[in-house]
Order: sequence, then structure tokens, then C-alpha cells
Amino acid sequence: MATTANVHQTKWWSGGKSPFNMEYGKLMMWYFLMSDAFTFGAFLISYGSIRFSQNFWPDPNVVFNAFPGAGHANLPLAFVSVMTFILIISSVTMVLAVHAGHKGDKQAVVKWLAWTIVGGLAFLSCQAWEWHHLITGEHATLIDGQIKMVGQTTAVNPWGDLASASAVADALKNTSHETLVQLISSHDHSFSHEQLAGMSQEKLMSMVNAADLHIRENGPVAFGGYFYGITGFHGFHVFSGVVINIVMLIMTQKDIFQKRGHYLMIEKAGLYWHFVDLVWVFVFLCFYLI
Amino acid sequence: MSESMSVHPEVVTTHDVHHDEHGGGHHKETFISKYIFSMDHKTIGKQFLITGIIWAIVGGLFSVLFRLQLGYPDQSFPILETFFGHWAKGGQIQPEFYYALVTMHGTVLVFFVLTAGLSGTFANILIPLQIGARDMASPMLNMLSYWFFFLASVIMMSSLFIQTGPAAGGWTIYPPLSALGQASQGSKLGMDLWLVSMAMFIVSSLLGGLNYISTILNMRTKGMSMTRMPLTIWAMFFTAVLGVLSFPVLLSGAILLLFDRNLGTSFFLSDIVVNGEVLPNEGGSAILFQHLFWFLGHPEVYIILLPAMGMVSEIMSVNSRKPIFGYMAMLGSLFAIAILAFLVWAHHMFVTGLNPFLGSIFVLLTLLIAVPSAIKVFNWLTTLWRGNIRFTPAMLFAIGFVSLFISGGLTGIFLGNSTIDIHLHDTMFVVAHFHIVMGVASFFGMFAGVYHWFPKMFGRYLNSTLGYIHFWVTMVGAYLIFWPMHYEGLAGMPRRYLDKSGWVSFNQFGDLDKMITVVSIIVFAVQLMFVFNFFYSIFKGRKVTTQNPWGANTLEWTTPIRPGHGNWVGEIPEVHRWPYDYGKDGRDFIPQTEPIGANESKH
Repeated sequence: MATTANVHQTKWWSGGKSPFNMEYGKLMMWYFLMSDAFTFGAFLISYGSIRFSQNFWPDPNVVFNAFPGAGHANLPLAFVSVMTFILIISSVTMVLAVHAGHKGDKQAVVKWLAWTIVGGLAFLSCQAWEWHHLITGEHATLIDGQIKMVGQTTAVNPWGDLASASAVADALKNTSHETLVQLISSHDHSFSHEQLAGMSQEKLMSMVNAADLHIRENGPVAFGGYFYGITGFHGFHVFSGVVINIVMLIMTQKDIFQKRGHYLMIEKAGLYWHFVDLVWVFVFLCFYLI
Repeated sequence: MSESMSVHPEVVTTHDVHHDEHGGGHHKETFISKYIFSMDHKTIGKQFLITGIIWAIVGGLFSVLFRLQLGYPDQSFPILETFFGHWAKGGQIQPEFYYALVTMHGTVLVFFVLTAGLSGTFANILIPLQIGARDMASPMLNMLSYWFFFLASVIMMSSLFIQTGPAAGGWTIYPPLSALGQASQGSKLGMDLWLVSMAMFIVSSLLGGLNYISTILNMRTKGMSMTRMPLTIWAMFFTAVLGVLSFPVLLSGAILLLFDRNLGTSFFLSDIVVNGEVLPNEGGSAILFQHLFWFLGHPEVYIILLPAMGMVSEIMSVNSRKPIFGYMAMLGSLFAIAILAFLVWAHHMFVTGLNPFLGSIFVLLTLLIAVPSAIKVFNWLTTLWRGNIRFTPAMLFAIGFVSLFISGGLTGIFLGNSTIDIHLHDTMFVVAHFHIVMGVASFFGMFAGVYHWFPKMFGRYLNSTLGYIHFWVTMVGAYLIFWPMHYEGLAGMPRRYLDKSGWVSFNQFGDLDKMITVVSIIVFAVQLMFVFNFFYSIFKGRKVTTQNPWGANTLEWTTPIRPGHGNWVGEIPEVHRWPYDYGKDGRDFIPQTEPIGANESKH
């Protein structure tokens, strides 16, 4: 049989065999990934069309400058770099798992799959922290002639253009006592929150200098919607990938692939995992870099 | 097989395992595994068909109801109040009810009947049988495809019975109307259910499409090269590709719309006042949704039409006893249509404020579709030309399809021109155009398919007399219903209006609208007769006694009269020729399984 194959030109498309020399599941996975690419493509193009219809868009270096445990230090894009690094490393471990599968090395498959799952979970945890930080971290923002403390949600965005000192000075007059206390306590640590709360409005007003506050106007709300929408949809993909990998791990442990004689399923899971990583590269580019 | 075995053992292993699993059907089958959670592509196809028929009755009935309103706007029908209560207070269809009916008529017919019911049915039944495979590449995912469709159906059906009624913003569900619950009854819970149901539908369509593609590419029997495939299979292939690449974009739009409705985002909303209340949403774009919708919406038209085209080509060749004229041209035009389908979506949006220059590009691309469409029409007509035509009900419906495709296609040229579209946009002309070219024509393709392959599906024939009545009434009725709508539309009569009697300029159409309503009731009744014929014939129809009742060349007629799971009893036959050797070398037909003879002429 081997000799006939060597002599004749193989007619891949004439039926009776796979034209791509590929088992159907892998073909399905490729087509599924194409389909999924269109879903993400639609999201990202929608995002782009709205973003470039706005006069102002928040600077990612300002929005994404926090790092867990680093307090108020300004570390632009440091954390998301770590997240991206984790995800890329998890792609490497996935490659190693697929490679081990080709060699039929069960122990190595288990080891690298486990590391990939760890990488996926680490990425998801990072994303959870980042979301939590953005939603709950309140920023003094100039909204409708008042200063308000708001977080980044789907309905409000605290990252607009810097407000002029005169506008801030006007706004301070309309700002609630509670907000003033919060505003001062975040800048000036010489008084406790209770002490500040006991002071009169005039006293508080005299303590702030509008020019030093660097208060921003509220920015485009589309920022939050698209950021949470698209990173959330990507996070959901990572989550599904982790679930798939856990299933693969259990199947490997149960010797299901060993009995089948091949680890093709791991290869298909790998394709999906790499795709999710690749999508992240685009999400990263669109939300953090541009 | 031996060649590929030496190259890549894994590939062949899976094929063989597959054959062992399904060859001969030596599984113990229970009622549930055979008829409900079946993994047999033929049963799944029938499930799609019967669910589609139920949906078609529902969707068709809706059209009869709103036609009553359009034909007799002042008349009271007390029976409507009996059935629909406050939706038809005093026996008159209320505005909310009317919009819900129009919306659900479109949604049900476009997605649940002509997408799932048409390509779900025939892709499932025909792909493995005509390419020579035991089943789909993944019978499991195939089963899931049906059950996701079923789930989508349950959700959509349940939206009909809730307090605030189903979605009512038109089948295109444009925001902001569809995004704001306070804007209308039909934008409340019904709209959420619509979106969730469609998400399930998209999953179903994706699972089905992936299976159709990989089955066609990977599972063809020996000798079945791509250019020896029947045109039905090519059509199903392009349909699946269109679905796999365009439905996800609708999914994105649906997800964003769900967020706008429930999570306070502003993807599609900006600067809105509803009932005197100023909404905080800003920065979104309602037009963006239209782009996302029509990026699916236009390919969707071809998802509906291509399977009908494929089946018509096959049925027409068989019943003309002639080879299909221009096989490669047919294939090339299917391909061209599939590509162009992605490049014309903005012709639905000429009056949205689209840049006229951009509009002119979409005009050009849209009119380009006339080229492959015309090639197909000429090839069908030349296939009929001097053929030895057998006027079976299937053949009549196939010919009727070509007639409808020509009439509906020509009005497409009007609408595809952006300048004329300014006048015709959102008028009854549009309704007439797409109902003829996509609605009725695809239904004709579907009917042709049902009449032609019913013997293969159930081992019995449909009653031909009822079939002829069905055809002639539907054919004449379709033209009587939709042809006059062109005149109404040219006169400027808008679509989707509840009552047009307030406009003096449209008063002259009162009687015409009555006539349309009467005919549509008759046509609907005849469809019920077809449904009766369908179910009656499953159990009591004339039995098929020969393996190949139509004298056709394709592989499905080499299986037993009632094929089991696995389709062929022994080996899968090998294919030696294309499927259109009719009337060749003095022989009526030469099946694909017959080797090329020594002195055979070339085609």
C-alpha cells in the first residue's frame, strides 16, 4: 500500500478520503473558529465605529494604571501586560501538551494541560480584579456642574477630558458635603475622615484648590459598554476554554485517548485555546494600546 | 482509501470506526433513540421538516389575520375576540396585535420555516445520501442542532402567550424601538425572548452548518469528486458557509441589544425622549445595529434561496430527462452569489443617510448579482428546452420556482438602484418583491423537494391529484396576492401600516386589498390541504415499490426503499460519473454508480 501511494499522485479531492488529510472534527473546529472570528470581528468593528465617531476617547494609560497591592502608584498598562503574558505562556504550555500528545506521552500531556488550566484561571482572576477595581474605584468627576464620585460602569465614565480650573471651582460650590469629604481625604491624609466630616462646607471649600485637583469631566459612556462587553465576551471564551481543558484533563487521566491511540482531541482543544489567545491580542490592541 | 491510509492513518481510522458504528444498524433502538433523540440524519431531517411545517401553519395564520385587517379595516370579526381577547377588542385587530402579527410572521417564516425548515430538512436528508456517507460527520452535534432549534422554538412560541405579547418591532427589530421597553408593548419581555430564542437558533444553525460543511468535504464516497456532486449538495455547501459566517454577526448585534435593554449600555441608543422622559443614553448609533443586522440579513436571503435553487436544478434535470445545462456555470454562479451575498447588505439602508457615493458602490455590487442569477435562469430554461418533460408535482413546483425567481428578481433591479429605492423604500413594492423572490420561490423549492423526496423519506408517495391542486392554486394565488402589491407600492402605499384608509390617495386600493385578502385565505387553506396530504401519505400513501421511482442517477436511489441508519446495507457504492447522464447514448439514464463504458461518448 505504501508503494502505491509513492507511485501515484494522491487525488485528494476524488472522494473516499479527507481532502485536507484531516479528521472531520478538526475541520469543524477550523470553521467554528472562522465563525467565532466573525462574532468578535463584529464586536470590534462596532467598537471602532462608535469610538471614532466621538470627539474624545479616554487615554488607556490613564484608565489602566493600577496594580494590585501598589496603592495609588501610576503604573500604566503594567497589570494588563502581566495578564497578557500569562495568557501567552498558557498558549506555550498548550503547545507542549499537544506536542506531548503526538508522542503519546500521557504524563506530559497531563502536566502541560494542568499548567494551561492554571494559566487560564490566573488570567480570569486578573480580569476579575481589574473589573472590580474599575467598577468600585471611585473618581471625582465633573458631571452636570457638580463633582461626583463615580466608578467606571456601563452608564458612566469618569475618564473624560481634564476640566478647566474655573469650571471645577464653580462646580465645587454645587458639590455635596459628602463628596467634598471624600475628595479631600483622598488627597490630604492629615485629617481623618471623621474630622473632615465634622467640618463645615465653607471650611472644606477653603481646603481645596481647584487648580490642583486635576478633575476630569465625564467621558463617553460607550467606553464602559464596549470594554465590559468585549473583554467579558472574551473572558467567557477563556472560561469555556478552561472548562474544555479540564474535560480533556479528565479524559486523559482516564486513558481514553491512550485507548484511542491518538490525542486528536487535545489538538482541537489547543486550536480553540490559541484562537482565544489570538483574539486577546486584538482586544488588547484595541482597548489598551490604541 | 488505501492511498490515504499510507499517508495518515488517523484519518482512515475515524472513517472505519464510523462505519462500524452505523453500518447495518445493529444497535438496539428504542422509541426514544429512534424517533426523539435520534442521531440518524434522515430522522433529524424529518424532525426539522415537521417542526417547520408546524411553524409554517402558525406563521401563515398570522398573515391571514393581518390581511383581514388590511383588507377589511372597518369590519368587526367577533370570532377574533373569542380567540384573542383584548388583542382583538370588539372583533377588531388592535394596533399592538397587528404589529406583533407582522413581526412574528416575518420572524417565523424567515428563520424557523425557510432557514431551519428548509435547509435543516434537506441538508440533513440529502447530504449523506447524495454524497455516499453513512451519516453526518458528527451525528451527535447534528442531533444537538435540532434540539437547539427546538429550544429556540419553545422560547419563541412561549413569547406568543405572555401578557405583553411577542416582539412587535418588525422582524428586523431595529433599535431604538426594540431596545426600549417603555416604547411599546412588544418591546417588553417579548423582545428579550425573541433575542434569546434567536441566540439559540444561531447555535443550532452553527452546529448544523459545521456538520454540513465537514460532511461534504470529508465524507464523500470513493469517486465522488467535488465536481461529481449533485448541485443540491453544492447549494447546501454554500448555504452552510453563508450561515456559519453571517449568523455570528447577528449574534453580536443581538448580544449588544440585550445589553442595551437590560444592562444600561448605550450601544444603539443616543439622545432619546420617550413619552416625555429624557433618557440618559448617549453616544450609541441605531444605524450600527442596521449594519450588524443586514450583514446577516442579506446573506440570510441566500441561505433561504440557495437550497431551493439546488433542489430545483436537480429535480428539473431528472424530470426533463436531460443533463442539467451548464453544470460548471451553475456551480460558478452559486459561488458568485455566495460571495456577493456578503457585499451588498447596505442596499437595505440607502435611506438611512448613507453616503451616496458608498451607496453607489452598493448599487453596483447589488446589480452584479443579476449576472449569476441570470445565468442560472438561462440554464434552467435551457435544461427544459426540448426536454422529455414529466410534469410531476415536484417538477411543476420547480418550474414555478423559476417563474417566481424571474418576476421577483426583476423587481430586485428596481430596488437595487439607490435613486429608485428612495421612492420605493418601505412601500408595498418591497413586500411584493421579497415575498415573490425569496418567500414564495423558496417555498416552491421546498415543496418541490418534499414532493420529489417524499418517497425516499417515508417509502410512500404523496397524492398527486392533491399535489396538482396545491400547485395551481398556490401558483395563481401567489401572483394574485403579490403582483397587485407592486402597483400599491409604486403609488407610494407604505408597508406595515395598520390602516391606510385615512389617505385619500390610497382609497382607490380598497377593493384590491380585499381581493388580496380573499386570495390569501384561499391559498392558506390549500396549504392546509397539503399538510393533510403530507401526514395522510406518511401512513396511508401509495407505497413505493421500486428502488428508483423517478429514474434518477443520484446515490440516494441506490439505497433500500426504506433505508435504515447507515443508509446502505452493504458497502457504500463507488461513484464513476457525474449525476446528470440523462438521455445519453440512447439510454434514458445512467446512475452515478455505473462505470464509464468503453465506447461511451463524452458529455
